[in-house]
Amino acid sequence: MDIDNHLELTQVGMKFPTPKGDFVALTDVNLRIKKGEFISLIGHSGCGKSTVLNVVAGLYKATDGGVILDNTEVNEPGPERAVVFQNHSLLPWLSVYKNVELAVKQTRQGRNKAEMRAWVEHNLELVHMTHAKDKLPSEISGGMKQRVGIARALAMEPKVLLMDEPFGALDALTRAHLQDSLMEIHAELGNTVIMITHDVDEAVLLSDRIVMMTNGPSATIGEILDVDLPRPRNRITLADDPAYNHCRHEVLSFLYEKQRKVENVADHQKKRESATEEKAKDASSAA
Amino acid sequence: MIDSTNTSNVSSIFSNVKSKFSGEKMNKLAMSFILPALGLAFFVLLWSLVAKNIDTSLGQFPGPSQVASQASALWQEHKAESEKAEAFYKRQEDRNAKRLAQDPSYEPKVRVYTGAPTFFAQIWTSLYTVSVGFVLASIIAVPLGIACGLSKSVYAALNPIIQIFKPVSPLAWLPLVTMVVSAVYVSDDPLFSKSFVTSAFTVALCCLWPTLINTAVGVSSIDKDLINVSKVLRLKPLAHVITIVLPSSIPMIFTGLRLSLGIGWMVLIAAEMLAQNPGLGKFVWDEFQNGSSNSLARIMVAVITIGIIGFLLDRLMLLLQQKVSWDKSVELR
Repeated sequence: MDIDNHLELTQVGMKFPTPKGDFVALTDVNLRIKKGEFISLIGHSGCGKSTVLNVVAGLYKATDGGVILDNTEVNEPGPERAVVFQNHSLLPWLSVYKNVELAVKQTRQGRNKAEMRAWVEHNLELVHMTHAKDKLPSEISGGMKQRVGIARALAMEPKVLLMDEPFGALDALTRAHLQDSLMEIHAELGNTVIMITHDVDEAVLLSDRIVMMTNGPSATIGEILDVDLPRPRNRITLADDPAYNHCRHEVLSFLYEKQRKVENVADHQKKRESATEEKAKDASSAA
Repeated sequence: MIDSTNTSNVSSIFSNVKSKFSGEKMNKLAMSFILPALGLAFFVLLWSLVAKNIDTSLGQFPGPSQVASQASALWQEHKAESEKAEAFYKRQEDRNAKRLAQDPSYEPKVRVYTGAPTFFAQIWTSLYTVSVGFVLASIIAVPLGIACGLSKSVYAALNPIIQIFKPVSPLAWLPLVTMVVSAVYVSDDPLFSKSFVTSAFTVALCCLWPTLINTAVGVSSIDKDLINVSKVLRLKPLAHVITIVLPSSIPMIFTGLRLSLGIGWMVLIAAEMLAQNPGLGKFVWDEFQNGSSNSLARIMVAVITIGIIGFLLDRLMLLLQQKVSWDKSVELR
């Protein structure tokens, strides 16, 4: 297996049909991801980050080009491309343990009962949630729910872990805590990760490469930044690190100078008016 | 006959009282006990006043006291009838024992007591009939509703049928059901009487729709993220329905079931009147045809009984929903 061509996105394009004709969300997205790499997708809202992620997940089918994972084309969703959803998406009627168990049952028919149990518990341990395994999702905090969401995804033993703004809805302290956990897990398991984020610090801290996307419609990859910082990374020591700050600067200047959202009032008004009819499209392309 | 202005007066005065009281700060006791009791007392008072002024060809419209005395009369009749039945079985047993003692080869004959069904026996018949119709309807409606909710094509195909048959009155179905049952349900030793089958089917036909529609809506409005979870996990269709679809749509399914049971209970009374199924509907019809001076009071007893049972059935469904639903924190009403 070619380790450099673990996951390949080739000429990926996405059009959504609307009553006024096709809406082009993505064009010509080309990306090669190495095994074990941590990739962040960053860009302004509506730039199609989520669309890219959904195409890789198989939840959307690209209208142009395609995705190849380990020499197999991606056609449908599957547990080898586990998704951590922004709002955790745990089944509210199942306990924490049962939520993870569902994923384990689905992905490993070969395991016997004791082994399955051990695997569920191992993954809960990994995200430090063993203490709440019998609680319902409604009984734990948002950060804890997201941890369980990660445990569920990891329990599928995915080749690629797809994370759609996993920490977006959390407060800053909880987010920092979870970022550290995620770095730990990534170091231990070496999964390939694609993560969508809005947060520049988060992107630089966690990623091997940061993929910066241009504004939509017809969004595509603008620049790719290599983050050459040694691991393990520590947010406090990095705060004064020139290389770290250089990376931050690069991303910030891409977002706020090169791809500054020029949105004058008239445009904004128009957008609001068309927002209702384009709701479906927006929902799918908004990141 | 009571005329409609009288009833609307009653209800408007009733709501006035309610609004006057709810504006003030009431403690829990008042809200849960004193006010309902007050409302009830006021209603009974008004009823007795109004009843005195209505003269019908069967005498004065029954007030609360006549109705209460007829209720106890019905209870006495029931007691007397069951004593008679007991005595009948005792005699039969004694007779058979005697014959057996004389002639050991004698095969004892056991006959069923054939006295007229009492009011309470009729309540049971009604409850049994409505349960059969309701269960039958639910067995059809819930899976069909799930299919409609899961697939837009199935929904598009079934929607016209649902919309056309939903508003049809049970009285329109009944002649058709009666004729079909008489033609199709032919047996020398029928397990159920035809009137029972007709009533149960009519109930089923009318209480199919709320469950079907509510289930379809519940299933089609499942959180999209949960559906994506199911896709990523590659849940098979049956597993998808059991682990994702059913738990998410339980509240809507039960809303439908409760509406259905309510409709079924209403429909049943009408169906029993026409099909002559020996339940509460037949009781009302027979009393009406009978036309004695007690008939109206006895019908009023039936009316109140029907109301109370309908209310209890709804509570029962609510309890069941609480038992089945995963979300215990949601207030059920």
